[in-house]
Amino acid sequence: MIMRGARTLATPAKYLALAAYLVFLAFPLLWLVSTAFKPPQEMALIEPTIIPENPTLENFRLAFDQQPLARALLNTLIIAGVSALVTVLLSIPAAYVMARYRSVVSRMTTLWVLLSQMFPFILVIIPLFLLLRDAGLYDTQIGLIIVYVVWSMPFALWMLRSYVAGIPAELEEAAAMDGAGRLRTLRDIVAPLLVPGVVAAALFAFVSAWNEFLFALVLLRTPELQTISLTLVKFIGAEGVARLGPLAAAALVATIPSLVFFAIIQRRLVGGMLGGAVKS
Amino acid sequence: MSATVTAPPPTTPRPKQPGRRRTFLGLDRDGLMLAVPALIPVVLFSLYPLLRGIYLGFTDAQAGRNAATEFTGFENYTQLLGDSYFWESFRIGLIWAFGVTILQFFASLGLALLLNQKLRLRWLARTLALVPWAMPPVVVGIMWRLVYHPNAGILNSVLTDLRIIDSNVEWLSSLSLALPAVIVVGVWSGMPQTTVVLLAGLQSVSEELKEAAAMDGAGPWQRFRNVTWPALRPVVTAMTTLDFIWNFNSFSLVYVLTEGGPGGSTRLPMLFAYEEAFRYGNYGYAAALGNAMVLVIAVFVVFYLRRRYREEG
Repeated sequence: MIMRGARTLATPAKYLALAAYLVFLAFPLLWLVSTAFKPPQEMALIEPTIIPENPTLENFRLAFDQQPLARALLNTLIIAGVSALVTVLLSIPAAYVMARYRSVVSRMTTLWVLLSQMFPFILVIIPLFLLLRDAGLYDTQIGLIIVYVVWSMPFALWMLRSYVAGIPAELEEAAAMDGAGRLRTLRDIVAPLLVPGVVAAALFAFVSAWNEFLFALVLLRTPELQTISLTLVKFIGAEGVARLGPLAAAALVATIPSLVFFAIIQRRLVGGMLGGAVKS
Repeated sequence: MSATVTAPPPTTPRPKQPGRRRTFLGLDRDGLMLAVPALIPVVLFSLYPLLRGIYLGFTDAQAGRNAATEFTGFENYTQLLGDSYFWESFRIGLIWAFGVTILQFFASLGLALLLNQKLRLRWLARTLALVPWAMPPVVVGIMWRLVYHPNAGILNSVLTDLRIIDSNVEWLSSLSLALPAVIVVGVWSGMPQTTVVLLAGLQSVSEELKEAAAMDGAGPWQRFRNVTWPALRPVVTAMTTLDFIWNFNSFSLVYVLTEGGPGGSTRLPMLFAYEEAFRYGNYGYAAALGNAMVLVIAVFVVFYLRRRYREEG
C-alpha cells in the first residue's frame, strides 16, 4: 500500500511473467485436449490448429475399440477403490493410537513416514516381487492392492493423526467417565468427527493408486488384469501420426477420475495453505 | 488374561498416563489392538522388503527360482565402480535431479511470489499450477510426447513460426536434446508441490515487518532479501531437499518419455536399476545400485540436517 507508485510501474512486468507461466502451464494441456478431438487429417498440418476445425469423438471410439481400455479402467477402479478403503480402515485406529498414546510406535511411525519418502523403490520392489511371487500373489490384483495399501498408509496415517489430535481429549474423557472403553470411544466419539479427514485420506489413497505405474509394471503381467497406466504405455508403442488421436483420447479419459477427485479434495487439502491467495 | 491388568474397572476414568499400566512398546492392550492391524502389513510389506532389499545388494541374487543366492560382500560394488554404465547413469541422474530441482525452485518461487499478490487471472494460474499434481505421470509423459512430436507436435510448429528453427527437431530422440527436454517435463510436473509449499511460506511472512522495512526506505529487492527470504529459508531448504530426493528416485515420467534413450542419454539410476532387475534378472546388482542411490541421498539428508540444525541453533 505504501509502495503503490512502485507497484503500478512494476505491474506490466508482473502480468507479462504471469502470462508466461500461464502459457507454460496450460499449453501442454490444451494440446492434449486438442489432439484428442482432432480428426486424423488435421493431425500433422503445417499450420496446426489448437481448436480443431472438425472436432470429433472418433478418437475416443477408436481408443475404446483398439485397446482394452474399458477393462483397464474397471481394473484400476477396483484396485484403487479397494486400496483406498483398506488404507483408511487400517489407518483410523492406528492414527488414533499415534495421536493419543505417548508410545515408541508413534515415533517409529513418524520416522517411517519420513524414511519411506527417501528410499529408491528398486530396493523395495525386488523383494516385494519375490515375496508376492512366493505367496502366490504375483500377477494378482490382491497383491497390488496390498502394496498400494502399505505404501499409501504412511501419508494417510500422518494426515489422520493430525485430525485426531485436533479433537479435544475432554470429549473422550467424558466418554471414559461414562464407562466407554478405548474401542467404543473411538467408534462412537472419534470416528464420526474424523469424517472430513477420512474422506481426504481415502481420496489421497485412491488417486495415488490410480496414478501409480512402477509397481503395476513389475507386479502385473496378465493383459486382462492391467491398470490404466500400463494400457496407456502399451498404446505408445506403435506411434504413427494416425494413432496420436486415440492415444490422447485415452490419456484424457485416464485423467478424468483423478481430476474429479482432486477438484473435490483440493479445497480441503490446499485451501488452508492457499487461504489468503484464494480470496481476491 | 486377567481383567485387573488389562482393563480398569468400568466406572473409573481412564488414566491419561499409559506408563502406569502394563504396556508393550508404550501401548496398553486396547492400543495394541488398534495399532497392530496397521503395523503388521507395514512391517511385512515395506519394512521387511526394504531390509531384504538392502541385503540383496550384498548378494549375487539372480532371477530364476532355483538359482542359489550367496552373500558376496562388496563384490557388486567393485563391479559397479568399474561399470561405465553406472557412472554414466549416476552422472545423468545428478544432472537431472539438480537441473529439475533448481529450475523448479526458481520457477515455483517466481510463481508463488506472483500468486501472493493481487493480480487478475491469479485464480486461473493457481488452478493451472495445481493440475499437474492430479495427473498420472504416464499421462504427463504422453502429453509431452505429443508436444515434442517431431511432425505433429506443437512445439516444432511454434518454433518454426517464430523462425527459431528451420526444420523439425527430434526432441526426444536427439542425444544432446533429450535430457534437457525431459528436464523441462520434470519441472512442469513437479511445480505444484513446490509452489504450494513456497506460497504457504510466503503467507507466513509478517506483513508488519515488510511494511516497517518499506517505511525505512527498503526497495522491493531489499525487502525480499532482508525480510521475506530469511523467513522463507527453512521452508526452502526442506522443500528443495525433498524435491532433490524425489527427482533422484524418479522413474515413471522418463520411462514413458524416452525409456532411457536415445543411447542411454536419459537413463536415470532408477531406469538403469529397473532394467538390470527386470530385463536382465540381476537382482543383486540392481539392489546394489539401489544402495548406491541411498548413499547419494544420505549425503543430501545429512547436508539438510546440518543446515537445519544451524538455522535453529
